[in-house]
Amino acid sequence: MFAALKCIIARDLTLALRHRSDVLTTVFFFIIVVSLFPLGVGPETDLLRSMAAGVVWVSALLASMLSLSRLFADDFNDGTLEQLLLTPQPLALIVFGKILAHWIISGLPLVLIAPLLGLQFGLGGDALMMLVLTLLLGTPVLSLIGAIGAALTLGLRGGGVLVSLLVLPLYIPVLIFGAGGVEATVSGMGAEGHLSLLGAMLILSLLLAPLASAAALRISVE
Amino acid sequence: MNLFKYSAPSIFYPLAGRLATGFAIAAVLLLAIGLYMSFFVAPTDYKQGEGYRIMFIHVPAAWMSMFIYLVMAAWAAAGMIWRTRLSSMMASALAPTGAMFTFIALWTGALWGKPMWGAWWVWDARLTSELILLFLYIGYMAMESAIDDPRRAARACGLLALVGVINIPIIYYSVKWWNTLHQGASIKMSESGGIESSMTEIMLWTMLIMTFACWFYTIAVALTRVRSIILERESKTVWVKEMLQQGEK
Repeated sequence: MFAALKCIIARDLTLALRHRSDVLTTVFFFIIVVSLFPLGVGPETDLLRSMAAGVVWVSALLASMLSLSRLFADDFNDGTLEQLLLTPQPLALIVFGKILAHWIISGLPLVLIAPLLGLQFGLGGDALMMLVLTLLLGTPVLSLIGAIGAALTLGLRGGGVLVSLLVLPLYIPVLIFGAGGVEATVSGMGAEGHLSLLGAMLILSLLLAPLASAAALRISVE
Repeated sequence: MNLFKYSAPSIFYPLAGRLATGFAIAAVLLLAIGLYMSFFVAPTDYKQGEGYRIMFIHVPAAWMSMFIYLVMAAWAAAGMIWRTRLSSMMASALAPTGAMFTFIALWTGALWGKPMWGAWWVWDARLTSELILLFLYIGYMAMESAIDDPRRAARACGLLALVGVINIPIIYYSVKWWNTLHQGASIKMSESGGIESSMTEIMLWTMLIMTFACWFYTIAVALTRVRSIILERESKTVWVKEMLQQGEK
């Protein structure tokens, strides 16, 4: 069973390595969106520092949403997905492997590049640390919830726009506690509560999202 | 009597027609009484003046907006468990009405907020979560219209409604905590504290009648809509063709 999981992850990672531009597009989209905000609101350091967490988090939300369409679409188009549905291994496990690989490809780079962007907005050491921590806990949740939306909209016309409509409202709790944790650190309140809630969301979505995505895939491919 | 026989669209269709008429009449009557009471019978509030009267539509609409989502999810769940066609049709018949009540609640809330708080919109927990609820309804309807195959649409929308209903409490509490963490807004929410503690019996009755009017309206509209959906999806079946032929004669 876990051999199948490992195989799926290795396969998706290999595929991503062969198409490096896909990964880079997500990261550069993230960097560009974050850089647009100072241009929009002005370069005052205090203002930028107070909105840094929100800006980075909203951009991470958008970037991870953009990459969702790739999660199942390629496999769906070349027929791999149907083969995966026919395997004796539980579909939820296979879906979990795909989500994990997707997070390593499109979520982890955002976590790694985020401190650099936070630095541009004048965040201090503790806040940068917290930004990385919240993103590390939060971006997997984004991938997990997003997988449900991606599976539901598989092969639909206008699926890309539709998936944002479905998924963004569900991202709101992650945004609130992710950005809130960084802000709480900046204002010296401590962010244990935020981190605990993000962890709780991660556990809950780890439990439910693969099952829901698997059910959605069966509906879409049927 | 076996109630489950009504889960067959062909048997439910005439029943829905009779029920819809009954509930529509009841809704119109209650709405007339409720509106008369809310404008002429209910006394002027000593704090908020005449402006508080908007609550007689605002509060029932807000209740309905949340309750309809739950009912919709329950129908969706029933549709997934028993694979009955009618259940998913009921779920999709309820969605537009739910979205409408959500919009009414937001709109009347803005109209009430301007004179009371001095702002059309504040990022209060209740307002924000109501707005997110509207997004959920819109997402549901958008997905339904994006899928051409009605069976796939029904099942996909059912799953989406269930995912949404699990998320609603999470969203509600995160927005609430978010709001208490940002004690920025100077406006204090005292919608319930201000009125309901001082609410007279007549106000309570008016509100109750308006709530039931909204209820009956929802039932009547949903049943009428489900009749159209039944005809649309079953248009290839014998009973629909027979019924249409009899109607033409």
